[in-house]
Amino acid sequence: MNNIVILPIVIPFLTGALLVLFPKYVMIQRLLSVLSFLAVMGTAVHLLQQVGGEGIQILNLGGWEAPFGIVLVADTFSLLLVITSCIVALGCLIYSFQSIEWERERFYYYAFIQFLITGVNGSFLTGDIFNLFVFFEVMLLASYVLLSLGGLKKQLRAGIMYVLINIVSSMLFIVAVAYLYAVTGTLNMAHLSVRVAEAGQPDLLTAIALLFLVIFAVKSALLFFYWLPESYSAPPTAISALFAGLLTKVGVYAIFRMFTLIFYHEPGITHSVIAWMAGLTMILGSIGAVAYGNIQKVLAYNIVIAIGFIVIGIAVFQEAALTGAIYYLIHDMVVKTLLFLLGGAMVGLVGTYQLKEMSGMIRNHPYLGWMFFIASFALVGVPPLSGFFGKLLVLQGTLETQFYVLGVIGLLSSLAVLYSTMKIFMNGFWGENQLSKEDEKTSTHGLLLPCTLLICVSLFLGIGVEWVNPYVAAAASDLMNPAVYIEAVLGPA
Amino acid sequence: MEILMSITVGVLFMVATYLMLSRSIFRIVMGLVIISHGAHLLILTMGGLQNGMPPLLGQEAANYTDPLPQALILTAIVISFGLTAFVLVLAYRTYDAHKTDDLDQLRGTSDE
Repeated sequence: MNNIVILPIVIPFLTGALLVLFPKYVMIQRLLSVLSFLAVMGTAVHLLQQVGGEGIQILNLGGWEAPFGIVLVADTFSLLLVITSCIVALGCLIYSFQSIEWERERFYYYAFIQFLITGVNGSFLTGDIFNLFVFFEVMLLASYVLLSLGGLKKQLRAGIMYVLINIVSSMLFIVAVAYLYAVTGTLNMAHLSVRVAEAGQPDLLTAIALLFLVIFAVKSALLFFYWLPESYSAPPTAISALFAGLLTKVGVYAIFRMFTLIFYHEPGITHSVIAWMAGLTMILGSIGAVAYGNIQKVLAYNIVIAIGFIVIGIAVFQEAALTGAIYYLIHDMVVKTLLFLLGGAMVGLVGTYQLKEMSGMIRNHPYLGWMFFIASFALVGVPPLSGFFGKLLVLQGTLETQFYVLGVIGLLSSLAVLYSTMKIFMNGFWGENQLSKEDEKTSTHGLLLPCTLLICVSLFLGIGVEWVNPYVAAAASDLMNPAVYIEAVLGPA
Repeated sequence: MEILMSITVGVLFMVATYLMLSRSIFRIVMGLVIISHGAHLLILTMGGLQNGMPPLLGQEAANYTDPLPQALILTAIVISFGLTAFVLVLAYRTYDAHKTDDLDQLRGTSDE
């Protein structure tokens, strides 16, 4: 029992509720939002130290013992993701101080960001499957509002599509929970894991596992990503960057959790389906990223490629690959947000998304240009930067387990990523400078600070691998040994 | 009884799928309402429909119905209630801005 485990959920929730009271006092809203994220980050780091020393920390809510009450579980994997999502959210928050119009700011913008983070952190920390559904809904409802806040025509259009696809997948989630409850009679993840292991995962449970896979694949844009490019290009940059960094990654987290903790007995079926989905996702994402000449579409398809790459770790189901996948997941949350923010700054300067209509920005904005360059090299995985280590380990895992095709697709998709981001860089920053200082639609004043923050985190992840790696390796080894999680939640068997 | 309920739920899912594949936003929202009914009935059915008293301790019966699915349904109902209210307003605003509720006419325009 450790009461601190609930703080990453309660702090943003209470801050959000407080911010609802005075929507017009924007400065106080900004200050409280930043303080809230710093506090969450502090508690998460503190918890990470505790988990390192004493093992997985749990909190039985209301004092009810594990299978009967709701339990919050803080293991290394969830805490790493909580910390990363706070960094990402902080970056987007500071970016929105300059970039979000006051009409939006005064309509509960900061409150909804807090609620979004409540849902994200709750999904990472919960140990109960229906509670996971509820936190998903908390996150998604906040994202619906943030997506359509402002009410522009394209936001409304994208909002309708995004809401519909997510409601359908949420209803499927309820259906899957109902089936799972009928078969096992429990909703606690650790207890589910025990029950599924006792039953030896018969065909019925494998079918339910595949239903869960479909649901989380829709949420995380794994293969079913047709909703993503449209809806992520509708809202303002700060919001789409927040979505790019967080929302799909929560779906990936859920896939990791479900298929390492509960449904790991039939890898021949479930994990090979995941492998196929990962391969197809990378191929289709690469085609999209190469094809478009629109900054936001290119970056959106890069999200899809990365999701496919991360999920290889689960498909291969081997410790090195899983370590690499977690490392790449953390790196991708940071760098993808960074790229969206930098792309948004470029779009803001030129006033168009089309690459054809911009060039030569490096003259007036060298700092922006070189940051974009470093970020895209980090995304591709060029050695000293953050994407390298994760990719290396994932590829090593595919080779050791003879998933050669997946490894080759992963490597080729890196080329597509490189080509697509360099297409943005060379079109936008090189060439004749058509844009004088006076023609620029907005300035980058204040926008580069959060980008610098995120690029420092990314560089730290790359250069400080030795320091980050023990945590990531611990997270992966916990995922490979579900007994550790079960013992922490249900007590020694 | 469970078989009858399963068939009902199946019919609800069928109707909902059909409605959600149509072009009018309002019919799609109706489809969402019906699919949520189906999902909630499914939780009730999957929890088991054996006879028993309502889950109130004052009944002093030998056996009660399972209280957990009922709590889950109650949670799911309020969530889908909030979602439906939001979708209805969003559909109204979309209709207001685009002057159409036909999804085929809500495609992106060439200048975006």
